Amino acid sequence: MFAYIVRRLFAVIVMLLVVTLVTFGIFFAIPKFTGTDPATLYVGKQADPATIEGIRQKLGLGDPILVQFWDFVHGIFAGRDYTGGGTSDHCPAPCFGYSFRTEQAIWPELMDRLPVTLSLAGGACVLWVLGGVATGVVSALKRGSLLDRTAMTAALSGVSLPIYFTGLVSLAIFHYWLNWTDGEYVDFADDPGGWFGGLILPWVTLAFLYAAMYARLTRATMLEILGEDYIRTARAKGLREPVVIGKHAMRSTMTPILTILGMDLGALVGGAILTESTFNLPGLGAAAVKAIGDRDLPLILGVTLITSAAVIIANLVVDLLYAVIDPRVRLS
Amino acid sequence: MTAPLHDTGAAETAAVDVAAGVPAKAIEGRSPWRIAWIRLKRDKVALAGGVVVLLLILVAIFAPLIVSLLGHPPNDYHEDQIDALFGTPKGSWGGMNSDFLFGVEPVNGRDVFSRVVYGARVSLLVAFLSAVVAVLIGTVVGIVAGYFGGWVDAVISRIMDLLLAFPQLLFIIALVSVVPNSLWGLSGSGVRMAVLIAVIGFFGWPYVGRIVRGQTLSLREREYVEAARSLGAGRTYILFRELLPNLVAPITVYATLMIPTNVLTEAALSFLGAGVKPPTSSWGQMLSKAVTTYESDPTFMVIPGLAIFVTVLAFNLFGDGVRDALDPKGSR
Repeated sequence: MFAYIVRRLFAVIVMLLVVTLVTFGIFFAIPKFTGTDPATLYVGKQADPATIEGIRQKLGLGDPILVQFWDFVHGIFAGRDYTGGGTSDHCPAPCFGYSFRTEQAIWPELMDRLPVTLSLAGGACVLWVLGGVATGVVSALKRGSLLDRTAMTAALSGVSLPIYFTGLVSLAIFHYWLNWTDGEYVDFADDPGGWFGGLILPWVTLAFLYAAMYARLTRATMLEILGEDYIRTARAKGLREPVVIGKHAMRSTMTPILTILGMDLGALVGGAILTESTFNLPGLGAAAVKAIGDRDLPLILGVTLITSAAVIIANLVVDLLYAVIDPRVRLS
Repeated sequence: MTAPLHDTGAAETAAVDVAAGVPAKAIEGRSPWRIAWIRLKRDKVALAGGVVVLLLILVAIFAPLIVSLLGHPPNDYHEDQIDALFGTPKGSWGGMNSDFLFGVEPVNGRDVFSRVVYGARVSLLVAFLSAVVAVLIGTVVGIVAGYFGGWVDAVISRIMDLLLAFPQLLFIIALVSVVPNSLWGLSGSGVRMAVLIAVIGFFGWPYVGRIVRGQTLSLREREYVEAARSLGAGRTYILFRELLPNLVAPITVYATLMIPTNVLTEAALSFLGAGVKPPTSSWGQMLSKAVTTYESDPTFMVIPGLAIFVTVLAFNLFGDGVRDALDPKGSR
């Protein structure tokens, strides 16, 4: 088990390095492609050539890509000193560089926005897992009933609705017309009530979309498992139905749900881009969209790395949890 | 959408009818595709979805004709339909009347009906072609990985893992936003569409690849593959003549279910400003405009949202039906 985790962690680091290199490569190639100089993005087009050259030296933008890549990775672990153009700055570890646009350090900015995204993803996740799995199980047990058909019709509609549409509709109804919710995001530490009020609408909207997917998946898996021999055996030996469903069937049903949950949650941490844009939440996804518009490479790299790390680590956690849920799984 | 499962009785009576009614054709071989078609025809919900899909395709193809009959050119301004003071459409329901079937756009008064009809072109074209790209790459790569195994499989699987760990939406926006205005002999919106197709397709192939790889892994051990090999069949022959025909069913199912996802992706990108360029209309773009006007003119938000919803739902219903019809575990 321990050796397995170590081996997987090693693979995680390699994956993250590759992701960084690919992102770096793409955004290194883009300025050449479009003919814009990252140094001018940093100081503005009107700056005199000496200033531009100074910035290029300071940020190492003239170095070959592999050198820049090494400096970047090195900076994350050991911090980095920028010298050139007559000035010198120290960026403490973990150093993700400075934004091309706002000239602020990237890491504090990311850490500033992470709680927003985590609040959004975490709250929605609780809602959709509870709602989706419960709906799926009840639908599977009452298969063909009115309840099942209504739930599945709603679920299919749910997966067919884009979040920025349901988001706008719910904003129009609950925020604009009924005035039930606040529009602004507030930090939990500042005002727990305001935090809840600002997030309840994004939570429900996001959770509805995912609950629809999870309900469909749970129902399909549950139906398949209810046909298994061991369920018949459990019933034949006289177990009560709640035990058969809750203990025997649920355990297997959880496996595929957990797989998807790991991937979804990982992806959401990196930024529920659409949700954050629709509800105007200052999270990582919103930062990324802005950064792409600005060609702000350091910020894009930062968000990409956090997202990829979240996805990869979530997958690792899921793999470890398989062994907890399903005793037949042996990690080696 | 599991209707065919309940229809065992009907299937048998149908078979008996054929046998009893037309003795000359008593022994009739039915290919799996024919069986699937018969099952699909009985699935009313899936058929309804299929009909809507067909209608949407016709609308997209004949968009210029439909607009010349029922609407106004999509880029014409109709300021006379707009309340000069508020910039909102005159009349209730977003300015709907017999002349402007779906009302007019706030501020400039463009015909929403025409823009929705033309939006179908962009949406379907991008969704179809990117699915084709994803299926082509995914099938070839997946089949190669599954059949050859060993280090080939290891390398391909890692690449697929890596692509799935990337924050896709971020990358697509980043790539789309840096593409120059003319490329590959195309210009204007053509470039954007080509890039959208290429990029959505590129990020979609690992999903197809994983499924094809998994299926190939089990198929390559079958007797008929061994028989072909012992008869001296070459690798290419085994891959494309023996294995591929047996993979067509899962690939078809995945492709039909991939199209609605791509419709949503295209709309999301347009919503975030990374879709086709204005004045070419697309549904996501209309929704992003509606973000600023939904308080005064909710109709303009609801119509493109419904267009996306109906399209995605129809494809999902049809895709679910195709999956059930092709499922060998279902009743024949």
